[in-house]
Amino acid sequence: MVSKLNLNPELIDSARSAARNIAEDVQNFIDKNTTVAVERTVARLMGVDGVDEVEKPLPNVLIDAIKEGGGLSTGAAFWIGNAMVNTGNSPQEIAEKVSAGQIEITKLPIAHEDKIMEAVYKTAQEMVEKIKNNRARRDEYLNTIGEGRKPYLYVIVATGNIYEDVLQAQAAAKQGADIIAVIRTTGQSLLDYVPYGPTTEGFGGTYATQENFKIMRKALDQVGEEVGRYIRLCNYCSGLCMPEIAAMGAIERLDVMLNDALYGILFRDINMQRTFVDQYFSRIINGFAGVIINTGEDNYLTTSDAYEEAHTVLASQFINEQFALKAGLPEEQMGLGHAFEMNPNLENGFLYELAQAQMAREIFPKAPLKYMPPTKFMTGNIFKGHLQDAMFNLISIWTNQGLQLLGMPTEAIHTPHLQDRMLSIENAQYIFNNARSIGDEVEYKKDGIIQKRAQEVLAKAEELLKDIEKEGIFDTIEKGKFGGVKRSFTGGKGLEGVVEKDKKYFNPFIDLMLGGAK
Amino acid sequence: MKSVQKVDLTKIKPYGDTLNDGMVQMSFTLPVPYGDEASEAARQLAAKMGFDEPAVVYSKDLGVGYTYFVMYGKCSHTVDYTSIEVPKVSMEFMEREEVEEYIAENIKRDVVIVGACTGTDAHTVGIDAIMNMKGFDGHFGLERYKGIDAINMGSQVSNEELIAKAIESKADAILVSQVVTQKDVHVANLTELVEMIEAEALRDKLILVCGGPRISHDLAQELGYDAGFGSGSYANHVASFVVKQIVEKNLI
Repeated sequence: MVSKLNLNPELIDSARSAARNIAEDVQNFIDKNTTVAVERTVARLMGVDGVDEVEKPLPNVLIDAIKEGGGLSTGAAFWIGNAMVNTGNSPQEIAEKVSAGQIEITKLPIAHEDKIMEAVYKTAQEMVEKIKNNRARRDEYLNTIGEGRKPYLYVIVATGNIYEDVLQAQAAAKQGADIIAVIRTTGQSLLDYVPYGPTTEGFGGTYATQENFKIMRKALDQVGEEVGRYIRLCNYCSGLCMPEIAAMGAIERLDVMLNDALYGILFRDINMQRTFVDQYFSRIINGFAGVIINTGEDNYLTTSDAYEEAHTVLASQFINEQFALKAGLPEEQMGLGHAFEMNPNLENGFLYELAQAQMAREIFPKAPLKYMPPTKFMTGNIFKGHLQDAMFNLISIWTNQGLQLLGMPTEAIHTPHLQDRMLSIENAQYIFNNARSIGDEVEYKKDGIIQKRAQEVLAKAEELLKDIEKEGIFDTIEKGKFGGVKRSFTGGKGLEGVVEKDKKYFNPFIDLMLGGAK
Repeated sequence: MKSVQKVDLTKIKPYGDTLNDGMVQMSFTLPVPYGDEASEAARQLAAKMGFDEPAVVYSKDLGVGYTYFVMYGKCSHTVDYTSIEVPKVSMEFMEREEVEEYIAENIKRDVVIVGACTGTDAHTVGIDAIMNMKGFDGHFGLERYKGIDAINMGSQVSNEELIAKAIESKADAILVSQVVTQKDVHVANLTELVEMIEAEALRDKLILVCGGPRISHDLAQELGYDAGFGSGSYANHVASFVVKQIVEKNLI
């Protein structure tokens, strides 16, 4: 592809290679460690589900028991497999017995390694097949009823009540939405467990539970068949339960997941060691399940200035790309994030936004970029807000973005009302249709404002990545170079859930899922 | 030519293109299927709201048996503008440099301000706009002010944590931000903070300020705060209020 921005390919290669080294450095750390969330995910993928009498999820009960018995560094698969060989029970029955105090999972006699492996892999393979089938089912839908054109229209529902969410989601799909994201209740990212069952109360969103996933999946399949378009379901695979939510999403055929360790570190104060390890496994699962991940670079711009800090977004996109590749997640599933967040009073701001979006498009040509709407400078003037969203939509169609999170005229007032979504979808559809091929028709002036801006941002991003390469990402975050937020290596939430693996450690799902279906 | 009619401030009503035409534009959704009956329902509802000649100028099927309307109507009510009183933070706001000078001259020590977005609200945009170095829209935040020690605790801070931090840092003022709220939880949250501060016998020793898009000065005072700042407030507004209150309440 010829660069419309006259970007220097050597600079792109150099930035990418620095990002690769940064990711590799972290990967060495990741490979040595596991976490309670990773092990709970292994338990879930082996079929453990449900809660005990005080609503504590059985995966937590089981992993806590292994941790207390000093066995976490060997991994849940080993202990579950060993218990299966010893008792002949299923993982679920074992979890129930552990919960009832009938067995001490780390005190059972240690069976022969081959027997343990055989039991574990047989069970693991069943789940892997199930997830593969889900992927095939999605492909079948896409091949039969089809899908909306890119950029996909992505809207949010956030009533707190999954059944109310269903109504709003179905309405949005009928109005033209392609992706429905069920926003999580405030604070769920900080829970070190995943709540259970259907839920009808939440603040600013709805709990992510496996049952809620199932309810919404069914509703969207139904409405998708009705409107003749596959409707994608999105949730949030971030916070302290990253890989568990990825597993639940894979089991219930979610299509899109927010998935970004840096976001959790910076904006939810989650410990960086914990969340990088969690992210790796979650991305393996997302990659295998055909889930498009969304990264959270757009959020830096809500705390930093979008014009001045634009290069940090690009730098983070490079890093996220490398982390995703390490986890075997293909470029076609990388919804790298960015946003239309420059101050609307900035002269030629539209040109700078256009430069940024075009630049991301050229540097990550296969990635379905996730483009986020203006939020920071939305004022309550719904009429002006509607125009700001229109400018954002114009850039999206011009630069061929992948996932268009629609801005709402009522942003900064309330969670979207039913008609707000309709107005936003209408706005996007009008502009996408009316300017469909603008990107193929219009080129940018050589050394003009747009080209120069993109070249400058790329140069600064490359410089930043080389700095990070020298310092390592952990130190960089400690110094507050992303989003202007400082976080310490040992601070934040969840560090107590990280443990170094011992020699016997194994996780069958990394083996079975890394790099896609074999 | 007819002279332009003079406004009667004791009986004001909306202005469209002629004085006292009462014209109002509005939009809403009704949970009924799109069609003539839906439009008639919207028209009747607007009439009940006090609109003469209600007219549906646009309606749209929202896809789940619900219909959206854009309407006009002539408001039949009036309000006496001359009798209106709105409590406000009534003071001359100073610019950053002036606040800094004011502190140096009148307080002669660092002013400690602790801020947080409390409860389950995870939106730091409000408190960041006021407190962070960078500020918002070209107005620097309190961290940039000489003579102010600004402590931004971020979001999802409990009222207990906020008070503990205020005691530990010997704060002169507490700023509470509430941005996104559901079912008016912000009111309960703000009320709880005041009650807890009173229980600690700290109310007289602290300037208590809240802010957010749903906050008015009126509501803030009703809840027991010294001031409330709504949308469009900047760090220098809050800083002006806090430093003057410190002097006024003799908390130097």
